[in-house]
Amino acid sequence: MDVYLLVDFGSTYTKLTAVDLKSETIVGTSKASTTVQTNVLEGYDKALDRLLRDHPEIDNVSDISACSSAAGGLKMAAIGLVEELTVEAAKRACLGAGAIVDLVFSHHLTKREMKKLAETPIDIILLAGGTDGGNQECIIHNAKKLRELDLDIPIIVAGNKDANDVIDDIFVGAKFEYHIVKNVMPKLKVLDVEEAKHGIRQIFISKIIEAKGIKKAEKKIGEIIMPTPEAVLIAAELLSKGFEEVEGYGELMVIDIGGATTDVHTIGEGYPKRTEVIMKGLQEPFAKRTVEGDLGMRYSANAILSTVSSYEFKQYFDEDDKWEHDIEKSIKRRRENTDFLPTNKHEEDFDNAIAKICCDVSISRHVGHIEVVYTPLGSMYYQTGKDLSDIKYVIGTGGVLISNKDAKKILRQVNKKSNKALELRPNNPSYLLDKSYILASMGLLGQKYPKLALKLMKTYLL
Amino acid sequence: MKSVVIGVIGADVHAVGNKIIDHVLSSAGYNVVNIGVLSSQEDFISAAIETDAKAILVSSLYGHGEMDVKFFRENCDEAGLSDVKLYVGGNIVVGKQDFNEVEKRFKDMGFDRVYGPGQKIEDAITHLKEDIGI
Repeated sequence: MDVYLLVDFGSTYTKLTAVDLKSETIVGTSKASTTVQTNVLEGYDKALDRLLRDHPEIDNVSDISACSSAAGGLKMAAIGLVEELTVEAAKRACLGAGAIVDLVFSHHLTKREMKKLAETPIDIILLAGGTDGGNQECIIHNAKKLRELDLDIPIIVAGNKDANDVIDDIFVGAKFEYHIVKNVMPKLKVLDVEEAKHGIRQIFISKIIEAKGIKKAEKKIGEIIMPTPEAVLIAAELLSKGFEEVEGYGELMVIDIGGATTDVHTIGEGYPKRTEVIMKGLQEPFAKRTVEGDLGMRYSANAILSTVSSYEFKQYFDEDDKWEHDIEKSIKRRRENTDFLPTNKHEEDFDNAIAKICCDVSISRHVGHIEVVYTPLGSMYYQTGKDLSDIKYVIGTGGVLISNKDAKKILRQVNKKSNKALELRPNNPSYLLDKSYILASMGLLGQKYPKLALKLMKTYLL
Repeated sequence: MKSVVIGVIGADVHAVGNKIIDHVLSSAGYNVVNIGVLSSQEDFISAAIETDAKAILVSSLYGHGEMDVKFFRENCDEAGLSDVKLYVGGNIVVGKQDFNEVEKRFKDMGFDRVYGPGQKIEDAITHLKEDIGI
């Protein structure tokens, strides 16, 4: 049997998914620890051996596509002018491209900020600022500062187009590579991140993969085409929209609770559902991704205690949970031993509570909010962000969810809540689980075989 | 092309005049950045920064404008917009008051041009040409 192999070089595991194009089925999956420190191919070979051992019917791998979030993923700095406008637009471009936004700067870069930029491990800088025809002074100032620094970090320029010629002149002879793309906010509150996302992906493929020591893998498996989170976002979009005669699922949400971060992806316009609602703020992307760096099962477990009080924490235990949990001790244990796996019911219940918090808080931050204004014409409402109340499907992925019998209980945290009435959360969605961990692979497969990827997702997400 | 920011401030939802101002100023050759109704001072100011606007035209029809525009000039100064011209117009105070007094009060607050009810939009164009050119 010939198979198409999808590879995901994750931060912990290298995961393989083998698809038989003829019978349109997933033949099998396997994983092994990612070995980026030594040679990334070791982990890959091990996973491949396991796959071939478990599935002797595979005689040939006809094609391979790969994505990666190994070696810390794709780390970016976003620079813009006004915080809620071009800075936010720049951040969304980075997130949409599958990056983690580690640094965010607004207005003029200062010496202190430049120092921070030089000291932080950043893979790509996105420089924005000003609408087309608007403010040029700020982006030109910041371009000069970046030229002064002359770090060997690629820069995507996606700001006021009027400044582009000047920036070309400023960047002459620089050490870094740069690309000028379309403005991420060409008009006030209008978001246009596609070109910026494309630019980020190109640099990811051409440079970042190499810098992270994953390039070696390309000799054997061909090009690594995108960061893993982008593959998940592409898969979600495909599943939502459908392809040709195969219908999609409509508006949906993917929540990925990981060891270090919780990612939320939603596909849908999120427009107001009522007439007396007025949209505020920057335009929302149709496929939106947010990443919470302080919500995770292990690496960021500590940070959870600064987000919720221990009283609030207790609310996330099941009603019939009779354990005496020592919250601080249990959190500390998970932070200090990131490979920790629960071995009994007590520990499982505690992990479930952390997962519920990750789920609940990340959704609060992702969904839109309503604010009431009293006008002489009666009550009106401001909506900031997306109205996700009509979302039909919530799909859970990530280690803590996919092999957890209480997964749907955890996912239920996304629902509308009486104590969070102003948040536009899903009203009554159905829950699906990415049990075979295929979402990223299907994003990859969808680049060449969208219809098949869609069919497989509809079959394997349960 | 010079940019100007227009919008209706506060809890005011009167959209018709706003659309007319947008249309007329655009026809006169300005890049009009219309932030629409129910806009806060911060919305006007952020829009003016990103679009490098030379003037902000604040509309208010529901009578509470005087409260809504308090410290507008100071907030602009704080945001680095000291050179931006500020215009205000509409039914900007409660009830019928002597316009000369009203104009003085708003000018003391830092507005460059103050328009009462019934003022022609063409006057604003004349003033814009004087204040910021075209």
